[in-house]
Amino acid sequence: MTDLIYLDNAATTPVDNRVFEAMKPYFEEYYGNASSVYRFAGKSTNAVDEARRIVAAFLGADKEEIYFTAGGSESDNWALKATAFSLKEKGKHIITSKIEHHAILHTCEYLEKLGFEVTYLDVDENGVIKLDELKSAIREDTILISIMFANNEIGTVEPVKEIGKIAREHGIIFHTDAVQAYGHVPINVEEMNIDILSASGHKIYGPKGVGIMYLRKNVRIGSFIHGGGQERGKRAGTYNTPGIVGFGEATRIASEKMKERYEYETKLRDYLIKGILEKIPYTKLNGHPTNRLSNNVNISFRFIEGESLLMLLDQKGICGSSGSACTSGSLDPSHVLLAIGLPHEIAHGSLRLTLSHNNTKEEIDYVIEELRKIVERLRCMSPLYEDFIRNN
Amino acid sequence: MSQVLEYSEKVMDHFTNPRNVGEIENPSGVGTVGNAKCGDIMRMYLDIQDGVVKDAKFKTFGCGAAVATSSMVTELVIGKTVEEALKVTNKAVMEALDGLPPVKVHCSLLAEEAIHAALWDYATDNGITIEGLEPPVKDIEEKEGHESAE
Repeated sequence: MTDLIYLDNAATTPVDNRVFEAMKPYFEEYYGNASSVYRFAGKSTNAVDEARRIVAAFLGADKEEIYFTAGGSESDNWALKATAFSLKEKGKHIITSKIEHHAILHTCEYLEKLGFEVTYLDVDENGVIKLDELKSAIREDTILISIMFANNEIGTVEPVKEIGKIAREHGIIFHTDAVQAYGHVPINVEEMNIDILSASGHKIYGPKGVGIMYLRKNVRIGSFIHGGGQERGKRAGTYNTPGIVGFGEATRIASEKMKERYEYETKLRDYLIKGILEKIPYTKLNGHPTNRLSNNVNISFRFIEGESLLMLLDQKGICGSSGSACTSGSLDPSHVLLAIGLPHEIAHGSLRLTLSHNNTKEEIDYVIEELRKIVERLRCMSPLYEDFIRNN
Repeated sequence: MSQVLEYSEKVMDHFTNPRNVGEIENPSGVGTVGNAKCGDIMRMYLDIQDGVVKDAKFKTFGCGAAVATSSMVTELVIGKTVEEALKVTNKAVMEALDGLPPVKVHCSLLAEEAIHAALWDYATDNGITIEGLEPPVKDIEEKEGHESAE
């Protein structure tokens, strides 16, 4: 077992060695600008084109519908702002959910300041969007529905196909932030009625700083980054050739290994969930019990606080994350945990562990045992636990 | 989703090996401050004999800084007279810990307030007045006026 047990793959993933090897030549050997005319740059141009082909095939899209960006946040910003600006004559109403990533929520707040109106849909206790509430939120002037494919904190997978269908029936553009889902679950933009989709490289064992936005051909929205004529004039900026090649290679591997990884991770995930819930009392699984990402475990431990938990896990070489306020510098715990109805004090005591195919059962056994000891230690120190024991 | 903050070695030491964790049987005074909603609760137990703090113990629900400030404040008040203990400020706690990240300053205020609350409990139980001691504020955020909210 290594010294480090990395269970924060929803935050970022290591770059797969094959991805790194594929990228290398485009730093050193073929450094030409993919937009240049001479033959030397042709290598770069072809590499970008090949990556685009791989991504398009993976999503069931056309090559011309894939745009390379600097990551998930840029794609989200582009999707929301450009749609809003391009359709403002048609309407000013946007529908999203309360559990979106901040790249969506803070962009929506920005658009609200500019006069757009945003409806933030509630979710049920498992973090699932309610389709009837979505339907009744639709107005004459609704121009965009943006709902995430899968949640980054609790792993719940949303009914994207059904949401897409509702959007299509009403002639509303449907964007999905698929940063956590891309490469982990099958996505087909045709079958799922997706008009715009955001994805990121570093969540799928690819490089940081590169992402994509899928934009359906007949959906006309403006540019977000203005400048040169790259990406058919839609997204300026010199091609990040090594990054794009890395994104393509990571997608190729994900597409080849998705089923195998999904089955392995799901087994390990359920083993971890079961181990924690059985061995540690006063715990609760957050997110949908089955309809969740194969790598996501999110547990609330009553009577303890998340930052302390993370720090003690860190001392045992275990990397995780928490929805505690103390880890974000604000007083409020995670908006996602509050949206699924957790009381503040329980949301503060949440832990997210996100696995990968690189984790082993041996590591999970170690984590369960260390976690049990740490939780016990923190509870012994907790006045909330003292009161609970006294009153029960 | 999360960032573990930069803590000094002293904070890490007091977090990892907190001093004086626990309860005191038949304490002279107990004070509980903070609230679970904001993620910090501190409970301080004091054993006071002849006007001197003989022992102090704590229990804390909270982040690394909350644990470390609780631990440090117990060390600072043990052996002091109640008047001296009352004068242990959050600044003194922070200095003794070689500083705290700005978003964690409220933890030191909570530690100071927890001592005050325990002293108040002691004073009211014994019908004595400690000069300069005010009734405790249950929720430290009231006192801070949410200054710590980033």
